[in-house]
Amino acid sequence: MSTELTATPAQTPAAPETTRGVPVWRPLTDVVETRDGPMLVLEMPGVAPEDVEVTLEKRVLTVRGRGRNPQPENLRPAHLEYEPGDYERAFALSEDFDAERIEAVMRNGVLTLSLPRAAEAQPRTIRVKAA
Amino acid sequence: MLNPMTLYPADPFALLRRVSEALDRASFSTAAPVFPAVNVWQNDEAAAIIAEVPGVEPQDIDISVKDDVLTIAGERRAPDLPEGASWQRRERAFGRFSRAIRLPFRVDSDLVEARFADGVLRIAVRRPEADRPRRIEIKAG
Repeated sequence: MSTELTATPAQTPAAPETTRGVPVWRPLTDVVETRDGPMLVLEMPGVAPEDVEVTLEKRVLTVRGRGRNPQPENLRPAHLEYEPGDYERAFALSEDFDAERIEAVMRNGVLTLSLPRAAEAQPRTIRVKAA
Repeated sequence: MLNPMTLYPADPFALLRRVSEALDRASFSTAAPVFPAVNVWQNDEAAAIIAEVPGVEPQDIDISVKDDVLTIAGERRAPDLPEGASWQRRERAFGRFSRAIRLPFRVDSDLVEARFADGVLRIAVRRPEADRPRRIEIKAG
């Protein structure tokens, strides 16, 4: 049996109460800086790709995921280690990104967001006319 | 007088062993949180084991049963990063994992069904017919 157990840091609830009756967790996130721009990787197990919402407003990138966790029928809980819920986390970006170009891929409960940096604005020279 | 026997005890490695045992205990008492987190649901005829395994490919998960113990093992691979990438924040963990869950009945591998969706592994286990408790009728006589 493997002894190299991986650690999962405790997830902290972002909000104490919700209207859906399930907790809202702060997804564990990796941030990687690539040449094209930052890449965010968020863990949201139980969230289907169509239930992810990514918004960018005034440099604040917000990710929301709605968990789908049906409880097994006719069974009673015997041992519970985690509580399924929704996910929400916001990131303050240090620069402006084009929301249209943000790429989001959801795979196996992990959301990968690629934020390509805007191409450098072309320098423009302004001609001075002689009066 | 100093007794030479206290300086040279019968077992010269006793102290070393004591320190080593203490170190072992110290490293095991601060056990890391287990991965994956598992929820177990059950009744007399079936059980459901649900585990959160975000970022694990289904083909990297290995489920095995022996007697009444079900083992989930596998590997969570770190993503391949493009050249020149650097980590800014690291909260997720990667590596090999293994968890053994003891069920309230013997498990037949034919009666285990596993599904994987959105980073959640759902294993349904049915209790073998032969293993179910049987009601014995009392005859009047």
